[in-house]
Amino acid sequence: MKLTPSLLALTAALGATAATAGELEVTHWWTSGGEAAAVKTLAEAYEAKTGNGWVDGAIAGSGGTARPIIISRILGGDPMGATQMTHGRQAEELIEAGMMLDITDVAEANGWTDVINPPALLEGCTVDGRIYCAPLNIHSAQWLWLSHKAFEDAGVAVPTNWSEFVAAAPALKEAGKQPLALGQQPWQSNLAFGTISLAVAGLDAWKAVNIDKNAEVAAGPDYAAAFEAVANAREMAAGSNVQDWNQATNMVITDAAGGQIMGDWAQGEFAMAGEVAGEDYSCLPGLGVNAVLDTGGDAIYFPVNDDPEVTAMQKELAEVLLSPEVQVAFNLAKGSLPVRGDIDMSTANACMQKGLEILAGGADGILPSGDMSLTADTTGQVEDLMAEFWADSSMSAADAQARFAEIIADAD
Amino acid sequence: MADTALPTHGPRGPKPKRALSRTNIIVYGTLIVVSLYYLLPLWVMVMTSLKGMPEIRLGNIFAPPVEITFEPWARAWSGACTGINCDGLSRGFGNSVQILLPSLALSVAIASVNGYALANWKFKGSEVFFTILILGAFIPYQVMLYPMVIILRELGLYGNLWGLVLVHTVFGMPILTLLFRNYFAGMPEELFKAARVDGAGFWGIYFRIMLPMSLPIFVVAMILQVTGIWNDFLFGVIFTKPEIYPMTVQLNNIVNSVQGVKEYNVNMAATLLTGLVPLVIYFVSGKLFVRGIAAGAVKG
Amino acid sequence: MTIVESDGIDLARAERKPRRPFRNISAKIASLPMVLTALVVFVGCTVWTVIYSFTDSKLLPRLSWEGLGQYERLWGTRRWLVSLENLAIYGICSMVLILLIGFTLAALLDRKIRFEGAFRTVFLYPFALSFIVTGLAWQWILNPDFGIQASIRAMGWESFVFDPLNSPDLVIFGILIAGIWQGSGLIMVIMLAGLRGIDEDIWKAARVDGIGTVKTYVKVIIPMMRPVFVTALVLIAAGIIKVYDLVVAQTAGGPGISSQMPALYVMDAMFKNQNLAQGFAASTMMLVSVLIVLIPWAYLEFAGKKRG
Repeated sequence: MKLTPSLLALTAALGATAATAGELEVTHWWTSGGEAAAVKTLAEAYEAKTGNGWVDGAIAGSGGTARPIIISRILGGDPMGATQMTHGRQAEELIEAGMMLDITDVAEANGWTDVINPPALLEGCTVDGRIYCAPLNIHSAQWLWLSHKAFEDAGVAVPTNWSEFVAAAPALKEAGKQPLALGQQPWQSNLAFGTISLAVAGLDAWKAVNIDKNAEVAAGPDYAAAFEAVANAREMAAGSNVQDWNQATNMVITDAAGGQIMGDWAQGEFAMAGEVAGEDYSCLPGLGVNAVLDTGGDAIYFPVNDDPEVTAMQKELAEVLLSPEVQVAFNLAKGSLPVRGDIDMSTANACMQKGLEILAGGADGILPSGDMSLTADTTGQVEDLMAEFWADSSMSAADAQARFAEIIADAD
Repeated sequence: MADTALPTHGPRGPKPKRALSRTNIIVYGTLIVVSLYYLLPLWVMVMTSLKGMPEIRLGNIFAPPVEITFEPWARAWSGACTGINCDGLSRGFGNSVQILLPSLALSVAIASVNGYALANWKFKGSEVFFTILILGAFIPYQVMLYPMVIILRELGLYGNLWGLVLVHTVFGMPILTLLFRNYFAGMPEELFKAARVDGAGFWGIYFRIMLPMSLPIFVVAMILQVTGIWNDFLFGVIFTKPEIYPMTVQLNNIVNSVQGVKEYNVNMAATLLTGLVPLVIYFVSGKLFVRGIAAGAVKG
Repeated sequence: MTIVESDGIDLARAERKPRRPFRNISAKIASLPMVLTALVVFVGCTVWTVIYSFTDSKLLPRLSWEGLGQYERLWGTRRWLVSLENLAIYGICSMVLILLIGFTLAALLDRKIRFEGAFRTVFLYPFALSFIVTGLAWQWILNPDFGIQASIRAMGWESFVFDPLNSPDLVIFGILIAGIWQGSGLIMVIMLAGLRGIDEDIWKAARVDGIGTVKTYVKVIIPMMRPVFVTALVLIAAGIIKVYDLVVAQTAGGPGISSQMPALYVMDAMFKNQNLAQGFAASTMMLVSVLIVLIPWAYLEFAGKKRG
């Protein structure tokens, strides 16, 4: 007991490692190989351009692990300087509660409204006419990644759309390959479902369900076909026991699996492994059926801070994030698309060019992302359903569809 | 109940007869087989951490390494990457120590005084508070997260080391208080009464009589707290910030960030390094732990 | 020890501070941290959680009432029902098995064996490791591609199947294997301590009466160890209701939702789905079930004792 006070004093002295002025802490969950390389470009650009330090607050384990930390820190009154969040409906409440910094002045000074394409990205950051986040990149989920060698080994041509892929699956299986690689986490099951439903049920049905929350369409024949297609894909994915998305991507990279349905962030993993798009692997946006992409993506938010110095650093960061050089470097490393329509991405590879083309094609090929139209709560319910559906082969497509329609009917 | 001297040592079971009797074969046989189950994960972790990735991909996880390499250990300690920081666990070790010491001191000190008051200085309502405290041991921590954040914010302790120390003290309190209360309640009452007659007060008796006699239970409490605080991830990550993230946060980051292939050997080495402090404590003080438990936990 | 005792009294006598009226004040002040923890943290946070479970709080707690809506939704959610079922299976199995294994190991160690310390350390060391580590280690051992299944197949038994973590029906037992591995050592130590507290005369008497060893344990020893079993049960039960890290590390609730647990449901509702009130409703239900089990027990154990 007598020991205690001196111990306390000692540790207090050790604990006094206060951050030196001019450092901004940035929280994110970009920890895979390609993602980390992309963060590095941000940190380096920020430090070089502003002279401030970048304190990296990476938390591995996806948004589910990071979000309680981010929200606790903001609620507890000791916020980080900036944080990654998916833009759209997730941050609405924090903005409404006045906990996020208004960066409209930065946006105006840099003409964000003119350069950001598609404009929906900036709208995702806008509440009551004020801008609260800096969109960083565009991520689309609707991609099928294919290993050329896996199909070669199986003696079939590399598919160019989903139905060819389905047709090639038996040959892959015979050659000892996993036809479809799928990580076990619920969001991946949901991503695969969303992508397949967009390709099979079609664009109109997808919009009716995801944007208008039309439960009748969700229970209708278009979606019935989509659920059947998922039930079929479930058999192609059986035996794929990996957890993380990039472990599944790695199965495609090492030619152990024929393909994976995953967002364009998988691109970063192929790049890290030294694979060449069009030679070692190819990619089919919209599963090769509808050339449409959603425009989800990451945004950086800036929690309100009492310290004007921090506020200044936050605004500097916002400016850096949208600068053309950073946009190019970051997105090339991460495999995502830039949020600026006015920059030169000619160094991008074949897959990214496909994405850029669709973006440049204008509104027809662009969907709002699920994150913007569905609440996290609804998404979570669909994820649970899909996790169960993909894992449990005894669950019929009709049952799953009926439960899906219920969730959509309750969505707000 | 009134038996106070340090717990009786030595086995009390019936004495086996011959060295190779049927009973002995069953007893040792069972113990050895069960030991395999307990040792298997440690064996696998150590072996895997000493192999290179190619060998892991080809080989059997139970086989010892053909070629021993310490590179995974070096990488886990100072090379593994999370985000853009590639300094492995080394950063977290000092932080964990910094979190552990004050949390340990404060939580054990407070719980021992609580236990002493509950055992020897009952006041009106003391048992009610104690019951609430024990019920508190059953509440999932996650439920308390937001309200705790708000409490700490109001106290102005959120986000610094002392907030975390307080959290560890609060959540360690139920079980520790139970241990100390049971231990002090088991001491002979005459001792306490004699001191009272001599005019010793609350603190006098605590420091001069109770404290010197309660080494075994302090050992138990400290071991439990070292394990709990050292292994904590949730509080460490919620109530602090990157400069002071404990080692477990770095472990989570190393294990959950897959950069290309999952480096199982580095993961295992990191896991073992993180577990080293509590493991060493158990190996070194296992005997004291058992004694302390015998003295404290088992007396109703 | 006796030396310390008399020392203590001598010192106390030397101090000579008779202050009877203040004695309760001192004890109360000293108990302040406990009282505050019990009232502010445990009662306060619980009440707070229950109140907010009747709201429609999403990302941030706010007081906009929604009545019983969250509870209706909770009990209509398949994942919650699966979680409860899993908790029941896991809870009952681990309670029974940990007590059984803990007691059996303790009884074996108590038979005047050699290397007792070594065995004890082996059984106890997993307790020093966190659930995260436990989950990862067992996920690795149970992995069908390079764990037990692969090793046994490599030995020539090609059709051998042992893949609990990827089977929806067996996954909970895969978690159980890891949970028991981590938790049984502590219970073994507690049981061992209890056995050491049994008077040797009991054994002598049993032998004189010609009662067999196993029968003596069941009929005589175990009933005498009631407080030990109570302590063990409290520790096991508190661990079961909170099981979270282990599942997250080992299976993350999968395959599908077949190894979900209530604590995962609470965490996901609160932080992933940004539906705080739903998480609060689920945790309130967890609390209610704990109270239903514990209040009668706590009443008998603590309130009863004062009178007895």
